[in-house]
Parts: sequence; C-alpha cells; structure tokens
Amino acid sequence: MRKANWLLLAMALLLSVFLAACSGGSSSEGDNSGDDTETTEGTDTEGEGETEGGEASGEQVLNLLDTSQIPTMDSSHATDAVAFQYLGETMEGLYRLGENAEPVPGIAEGEPEVSEDGITWTIKLREDAVWSNGDPVTAHDFVFAWRRAINPDTGSEYGPFMMNDVLKNATAINNGEAEVEELGVEAVSDYELKITLEKAVPYFHSLLTFGTYLPQNEKFVTEQGDDYALTSENLIFNGPFVLEDWDPKANEQWTLKKNEDYWDAETVQLEEINVSVVKETSTSVNLYDTGEVDRASLTAEFVEQYAGTEDYRTLPEPTLFYLKMNQENEALANQDIRKAIAMAINKQDLVDVILANGSIPANAAVPVDFTTHPESGEDFRDLNGDLLTTDKEAAKEHWQAGLDALGVDSVELGYLGGDTETATEMDAYIKNQLEETLEGLTVNISSVPFEERLARDEASDYDIQNSGWGPDYLDPSTWLNMWTSDSPYMTMNYHNEEYDALIKEANNELLTDLPARYNNFLEAEKVLMDDAAIAPLYQRSRAYLWRPSVKGVLFQPMGADFSYKWAYIEE
Amino acid sequence: MARYILQRLGYMLITMFLIATFSFFLMKLLPGSPLKAEEKLSEAQLEILYEKYDLNDPVPIQYINYLGNLVQGDLGVSFQLNNQPVTDILANRIPVSAHLGIQAMILGTIIGMILGLVAAIKNNSWIDYTANVVSVIGISIPSFIFAGLLQYYVGVQLGILPIAFWDSFKHTIMPTISLAIFPLAIAARFLRTEMIEVLGSDYIVTARAKGVSNSGIMFKHGLRNALIPLVTVMGPMAVSLMTGTLVIEQIFSIPGIGEQFVTSVTTDDFPIIMGTTLFYAFFFILIILIIDILYGIIDPRIRLAGGKD
Repeated sequence: MRKANWLLLAMALLLSVFLAACSGGSSSEGDNSGDDTETTEGTDTEGEGETEGGEASGEQVLNLLDTSQIPTMDSSHATDAVAFQYLGETMEGLYRLGENAEPVPGIAEGEPEVSEDGITWTIKLREDAVWSNGDPVTAHDFVFAWRRAINPDTGSEYGPFMMNDVLKNATAINNGEAEVEELGVEAVSDYELKITLEKAVPYFHSLLTFGTYLPQNEKFVTEQGDDYALTSENLIFNGPFVLEDWDPKANEQWTLKKNEDYWDAETVQLEEINVSVVKETSTSVNLYDTGEVDRASLTAEFVEQYAGTEDYRTLPEPTLFYLKMNQENEALANQDIRKAIAMAINKQDLVDVILANGSIPANAAVPVDFTTHPESGEDFRDLNGDLLTTDKEAAKEHWQAGLDALGVDSVELGYLGGDTETATEMDAYIKNQLEETLEGLTVNISSVPFEERLARDEASDYDIQNSGWGPDYLDPSTWLNMWTSDSPYMTMNYHNEEYDALIKEANNELLTDLPARYNNFLEAEKVLMDDAAIAPLYQRSRAYLWRPSVKGVLFQPMGADFSYKWAYIEE
Repeated sequence: MARYILQRLGYMLITMFLIATFSFFLMKLLPGSPLKAEEKLSEAQLEILYEKYDLNDPVPIQYINYLGNLVQGDLGVSFQLNNQPVTDILANRIPVSAHLGIQAMILGTIIGMILGLVAAIKNNSWIDYTANVVSVIGISIPSFIFAGLLQYYVGVQLGILPIAFWDSFKHTIMPTISLAIFPLAIAARFLRTEMIEVLGSDYIVTARAKGVSNSGIMFKHGLRNALIPLVTVMGPMAVSLMTGTLVIEQIFSIPGIGEQFVTSVTTDDFPIIMGTTLFYAFFFILIILIIDILYGIIDPRIRLAGGKD
C-alpha cells in the first residue's frame, strides 16, 4: 500500500511536470551578441542625412532593438510605426521617402505624369524589379493590393483610412455601394499604372510612399490564404532587405538580410540587421553598454546619465500633444478662459524636467519641420511663428476677464489624462501650474487607460483632455482637418465658421493652387490659435543611445520611423 | 480513487464553463474595441469594421458563437498579432513560461527546503538566523530588483551570463534565479516553522523513545508531516510562476505568455483575453486537484472522499 502510494506521488509529480513542460525548440536563432560593434570613435556624429560621402567599412551588420513585436507584415492590415518600419525595409512601393522626406522613385521608373486637373496619375514601372520568388513586380500587383486594402471583406483599418476620398470610388467600395473593380486604379499594361483620384490630392505623391500603398503578389497571397504573412516563411519581398526568422507567435527576434535581387541592390550596403524586442529600458541600455546592440531608446530617467556623451542623440518627431477643451462646458466656451488655460502652463519646464528627452514646447497646432511652403520652401512654423506661448501675466488677465463674463469667482474642471507614469506625472504638473496661476480654478484629474480615454473622447465626455496626434501624410491638413465643425474627430464642440471656410476652400477649390492653399492653412491656424481652441503643450522627441559609427540612417516623419536603405557602418 | 478523480473532473468542466461565461461578459464590459486605429477611424469606418469582425452582434449571440467555437477547440485569432491563431500563440509561448517557471520552482523549493530543514534542526543557531534573514529578504524584495541587480552585476560587469534573450540554457539562469527567490523564501519559512512544531510533538518523542534513528525521524516522520502546509501554498504559486511573469519576462526579453496576458486586456484583444484566462483557470484547477491527491499520499490521515480503495 505504502509503496503504491509513493508510486502514485511520483506519477502525479511526473504528470504535472509533463503537463507544464512541453518546452524546448522554442528558442530563436539569430546571433544577437554582435561582437563586431566595438566602436572606433567616429569623427562625425551626424550620421543622419548623409547618403553619400561616407565610406562603409568594417562588417556591415547592424544590431537593433525594438520595443514591440511586429504586429503584422500584411500591408493591408498594418496600422502602426513598427509594422510600417519592417514593411518599409522589405517592400518597395512606387516611391520611397528619401532625404528631407522627399519621395524618390522605387518601383516607379520616374516621376508620375499628372493630368492638368490633378485627377489622373500615370506611372511607368521599372521592368527589372522582382519579388523574392522570382516573379516580376508588375502594375497588377498594385491593383491587387489596393483593392484588397479597400475591400470591406478584408477588414483593413488603414485601407479606408488612407484611401477614402483619395482614390476614386474608395469610399463607396468600402461602404459596399460599389464593386472593388471600380477602384480608381488600373494596370494599363504590365508596367504602366493609371490611378484616378476622387479629387486632386496635393500630397498624393508622398502618400504613395506609405505602407498601405505597397504592392502584393496576387498569386502568392491567394495561394497562402489565411496563412499569408503569419511568419516570414509566408511572405515574399521586393525591397532592400528580406525578412528571416520572424514568427511573432513564438519568438521576439528576427533578421533582415540584404536582398540581392532588389533592383537597387548596389546602393544597399548593410548585409544584415538583427532585431530583438526589448521593452525594458534598463535592459536596452545594458545591451548597448556591452556593445551587443547599436541603438537603445532612452526614457527620461536615463537621459541625465547619458546626455552630452557622443552616443546620445535626440530625434524630433512631428507628434504634437495638446489639451483639448470641450466647449460644452460653459466656462470653456469662453475664449478668455481657454486663453488663460493655454497661457498659464510653463511648457519649457514641462519638456525640460518632466519629459527630459529633447521634446520642445509647442506654441501652435502644426509641428516644426513637417511641411514647407510649396514656393518659398520655408517651414510652416517659420512662416506662422509662435501663436500661443506661455505668459502667466496675460493668462491671469484673461482669466479675470473670463470669470467676470461668466459672473463667477471659481471654476471647477475635469481633466482627462492617461494612466502611464509619464502621463500622470505630467498631468499633476499641469494641474499644479493651472491652479497656481489661475485663482479660483480647481482641476480634477482622472487618469484612465488609453481605451477608456478614447471612449470618453468619442462620447465628448470630458472638460479638458490631454491628447496627442501623429501625422498620416505630409500635408498640413493632417493636423488642421481635425478641428473643423464636421470633422469626425471634433469632440470638443468647437465651431468657427471662418476656420471651417478656410479649410473647406483649401480642400476643394484650392487643390490645384498649392501656394494659395498653403496660405489658407496658415490663416486657419492663426484663427484656431486666436480662439485658443486647443492649448498646445509640446512636440515630442525621442532620446537614443546611438553608435556613432552607424551612418546614413534616414529619419522619416510619417509611417516608419527610420529608413536603412542608405545606412552603412563606418568604423 | 478513480471515481473520486472522475467526479472532480466533472466539477472541473462545470467550473471551466462558469469561468468562461463570467470572463466573457466581464470582458465585454471593457471600454473600446480590439481595433488598433480606433482613434483615427471615423464612426462610419468603425461600423463597417465592427460588422466585419462580428462585434455588432448582441453580446449573448457573440457568447453563444464563442462557446460553439470553444467546444470545437477554436479560440479564434488575435487582433494585436494580426490574424495569428490564439491556440498557436498559447502553444508556442506557454512552454517558454512553463519552462522558466518549473526551473524556478524546482530550484526555489529544493534550496528553500534545505534551508528550512537546516534552520529547524539547528534552531536558534547562526544558521537559523541566516536562513531567516534570507527568507525575509526573499519575501519582501520584489523579483525585478533581483533581476535588475543580477543583470547589471553578472551580465554587464562580470559578463559571464547573457544579459537577455532566450537562446540556450545559459540564458535561463538569471531569470530562473530571480524568479526562484520568492518560492525559496516561502519554502524555507514554512518548512522551518512546521518542522519545529512537528519535532516537538508527542509521536516524535515516542519514535525517539522507540529508538528510531535520527534521520528516520527527520525524514519519515518529521518532513512528511511538515510538507502539508507547504504543498498548499506551493501549488497556486507554481501556477502563477508557470503561466508567465510579466516583469521577469520583460526584463530578460523572454518570449513567454506573461505579456500577452496583460496587454490583451489593455488592448481589448478579446480572443487572447479568453484564451489566456481559460488556460490559466484550467491549469489552476488541475493543480488544485493534484494537490488534493498529494495530501492523501503525504498524510494518510487525510482521506479523500471514496478514497478507501
């Protein structure tokens, strides 16, 4: 009996071990301990923007980290910077963003031929581009991919987002009111693509560099069916690199290998890019310090330690953060009250102390270094300057005027913010700034998770909301369309007819008169800021440790963050 | 015994059904949808997508559909990792978490038991005090502190073990140690307390009087009785260790299930929420069953229902 019992015990233990331990075989390959990265001090720490001039030397292997798994490699389903990053490295669309975010030809042979009215675009394709399975890249691949993205059966999020009101019939097709074949894109021949737009879209050229507009090989995608893009085995590529060892359900590492069949392979100098997912900043920093990786992004607490070293770099992003003020609230409907709030916050201290990553104060509704005037080439921000800056004295005056108009001596406002560490710290700081400067103001913060904040935003259920926006195409309208009365994003009940008219004109009558259109945007921004419809806070930067020997990496304002096509290592 | 186990398995099914039901309806109370670009899409565009992913159906209908698929073993596909089948994600990531969890459990329990045993035998000696200090530290300091310290001193300064990733046995050492500290401390404390109590009880005195050897007393009578409370606490702990620990997996960049567990909730990735919850529940119930069986084996005084055969 006793013997049997012990046997049972042993078996039970064995069973439990067996049940839990079906492990093994799940470790990923990819030698990430790059011992090639012992740096010799590069004399030039710029790295960015010089595609010519530098000499590649040493082993051309880059070891990088990312903070997130690639959510998808299916261009129809990609929605975030990580997906667009690796699509951008492994796939080639008609154009690709080059230096200064200018579109340069990719699969397209040259510049597009655009009709007088800006509606019809004819693009000749190069005949030497091939997929990694050997098939040529043809106009049919674009037609197939774009139709797939807009087809409601695909369930793509960015398909309708990027194509509705741009490509002819896109909206109707997505609503199920037209057949996908009616989409405004057709293959005139294997190497000629004719695109018909809903209206002359001034930024369509740069839109063609975006991930949603990448081609897909119909035969391969159909063959793979539901398995398409589930691992790197279920993908084919036509870009500078091919993806290997990517299997997001099992591991968090992957490799980009130079694509020898890429039409412009001789430009590509990097042989290999190894990427691992690391979410913990301290781990990234440790890996960087031991030379295992060539770049690590830094959070505020590490910036102090590394700022000023040769490896420290900050890269500005065109992402803006601001306070949305809901004018359903009686106090916030008052312009003086809104101005007071917008002027009362010391934004310089906010970026220097709380964020500490190179972010800069924002004093308007369009970020710096984003678009330039079509004629003069001047930056939007240089033309319009600072429109809503910190001024505590003026804030107090506006506040008093606002209180008098309302006939009250105190105001209580709800404040909707995020629940991350930085967000709560920032919101506490803003509350403090507001309450200290504006006498009689009480701010009640609710820190909620992102999804909850969105739900409340959609329901217009907030007084003040700390919110942000990243651009989706290179045009001021990506920022300014949001604030019109009929915009789907208008949850703060701001209505200004002058503003609406300016934006409407820019998006209709002026589509082919680009300088006049740009002036409309400049004017509209002035109106928006004069109304203090939103209170701009800051434009985000990201801080990195970056091996000085890595050069030629392009920084992109939309879609993917970086482009490695022209990158090289100079030891 | 067989009948007892069958009966328990029946209860297990009912429990699983209840858990599936509760978590499904609770999950549907979460704000937002699993779509990723929710913020950017217009109301009309969202409607079309809800329709496509059957998110517009009334919740009871969604529930019935879900149960139908569940019975057939279909857990659906993830939204965050676009189109990846949930079963594949679980099948690939749980073994990694379980591997780490089991190593940590084994290491922690064995060292903990030795420490507790020695402390009990050498009660009130310096060994006892040292063991006490170790277990207090182990219980009160969170594992990610150890992980961070190990990573910095062993990985960076000494450079003898890899800083992160999950490639070879060497890669598992630091995460295992960091994770083992807690079960080690718990095992040491429980065993010490129990042993001291057991060794003072009458039957041990009797055994000694009968001339049973010292080691016989220790292992046959003492340890066996002292194990019961330990098994009680270690079971649930094993479950939580083996089903993935977010923090340790993040620090060492281990492709386990811990992260999916947490991020699926914040991103409303319904199929993953359900998949991980059900797996966790199943594993938990199973471990409780195993523990109940173990009780009877360790201590014949604890009789299971119908356990006479």
